[in-house]
Amino acid sequence: MQQLLQQFINGITIGSFYALVALGYTMVYGVLKLINFAHGDLFMWGAYIGLTGLSALVALLAQGGPAIIAPVAVIVMVTIALFGVLIERVAYRPLRSAGRLAPVISALGAAFILESLARNIYGASWKTYPPGLVPAGKVALVGGVRISIMQVLVLVVSFLLMALLYLFVYRTRIGTAMRAVSLDHEVSRLMGIDVDGIIATVFLIGPGLGGLAGMIVALYYGSFDFTLGWVFGLKAFISAILGGIGNIPGAMLGGMILGIIETLGAGYVSPQWKDVIAYVILILILIFRPTGLLGERVAEKL
Amino acid sequence: MPLLRIENLHTYYGHVHALKGIDLEVEEGEIVTLIGANGAGKSTTLRTISGLVRPREGRIEFNGHVLNHVPAHKIVQMGVCHVPEGRRIFTTLTVMENLMMGAYTLKDDRAIRENLQRVFDLFPRLAERKNQLGGTLSGGEQQMLTIGRALMSRPRLLLLDEPSLGLAPMLVKAIFETIREINARGTTILLVEQNARAALKIAHRAYVLETGRVVLSGPAQELMRDERVRKAYLGER
Ligand SMILES: Nc1ncnc2c1ncn2[C@@H]1O[C@H](COP(=O)(O)OP(=O)(O)OP(=O)(O)O)[C@@H](O)[C@H]1O
Ligand SMILES: [Mg+2]
Repeated sequence: MQQLLQQFINGITIGSFYALVALGYTMVYGVLKLINFAHGDLFMWGAYIGLTGLSALVALLAQGGPAIIAPVAVIVMVTIALFGVLIERVAYRPLRSAGRLAPVISALGAAFILESLARNIYGASWKTYPPGLVPAGKVALVGGVRISIMQVLVLVVSFLLMALLYLFVYRTRIGTAMRAVSLDHEVSRLMGIDVDGIIATVFLIGPGLGGLAGMIVALYYGSFDFTLGWVFGLKAFISAILGGIGNIPGAMLGGMILGIIETLGAGYVSPQWKDVIAYVILILILIFRPTGLLGERVAEKL
Repeated sequence: MPLLRIENLHTYYGHVHALKGIDLEVEEGEIVTLIGANGAGKSTTLRTISGLVRPREGRIEFNGHVLNHVPAHKIVQMGVCHVPEGRRIFTTLTVMENLMMGAYTLKDDRAIRENLQRVFDLFPRLAERKNQLGGTLSGGEQQMLTIGRALMSRPRLLLLDEPSLGLAPMLVKAIFETIREINARGTTILLVEQNARAALKIAHRAYVLETGRVVLSGPAQELMRDERVRKAYLGER
């Protein structure tokens, strides 16, 4: 029981990474019906920008410590959000009416460019974040379960962000417009909604969250290389599909479930088999719910 | 000065020449109907006015402003609202959220509340269903929602594209009565209909479209007596 709880905490930590990144895939899919293959690489760029920012601040102040994380996190979010908007303008918007295939190629191209840029600028070697940014201690919970301060930080930040995003999308005028645009661009325009503006907003929020997740993941594991975007991006993409692509609570749920299954598989069976177990379960879920856990539950009446 | 004036309008879809020089006017307070066979260009006329497609030639003037290059979402702000063909409600938004999207261009909460009250007066059914998802409404209720949603911006000119299509005969009657009621409360209406008889009955004036051209126009009462109209659109011999 204690071990189960321990694994569960580890699982939701990993799961919240997947969820934060999955939100970007699902939001973009919602408004454009396009898989933004560059999203995993934007996430990875968050880790690199975080590295540059943290290293610079540590060198400048000649000291580390948790206080420098927040300003760098803001810089990372803003930078990656701007990357996202730029990619939308340059790679996707000109192809908006060019059919389904051209934007997919453009998305793959953007992904390759981002990855090559990272490798050329930062090099192919493993990068390590400055040490001592987050206190290393653990907190004891009930029943001998222990949670690291790092995990507390990760969970608090991601759940807070997800709650804010949920409220934004489901309780505000712009969030409702975003859902409207996901359903019908033309009618949204006839309502007076600036559809291009809404799409740009989605490309600010999704990559902003994804970039921040990149920095948090790098903080959590301590080191990474340029393949981070590919590995995590794929898992997050799968989370989005699992939850029902286009569905925002679905992306959160999908990420959590994937993280938990993976961790339990690694803990109870073997780390070598965790991916096999995770994917078998995913395939089973999708066989029974092809649209994902929360995808398209409302039947459209004609 | 007419509220809407269209001159020599040409619209293309790629190489398809859908509108071949349309001239049309709508005076403030009128119901004007546009009738014609399938593919005549009725929907295209409305889509060109609301900015969904761009004309290649000609001029659209609303309330003294030229609309040719104004983006669709700004045309709504100017007071033109288009209800497109086919009951396109936002299915996974609630009725209330659908209506709020109709009021998207309004900033003033009091105006929004007033418009909502007006829409609920016109369609009490929508008030009963306000927390239901749009996709769970019946066909007739969905049509009420598309019209109610458009009225939320309190347009001066309402463009309606085949509002009666696919509705049961009783509902068709109700929809036409509602259109007359909306007009009586001060909204100018440009109505596209396949159901020419019903449309001519409530309209002040009418235009007949054939393959992208206006072939006949005049007071609705006169067109209803016109030999050609009776044969081609009212199903008489
Ligand atoms: N998206 C499009 N691409 C190419 N051609 C189109 C498109 N939409 C309409 N057309 C063509 O333009 C012409 C006018 O179409 P439109 O939809 O305006 O006719 P309509 O009078 O509304 O017909 P209906 O009564 O069937 O709704 C038709 O010949 C149609 O085939
Ligand atoms: Mg039509």
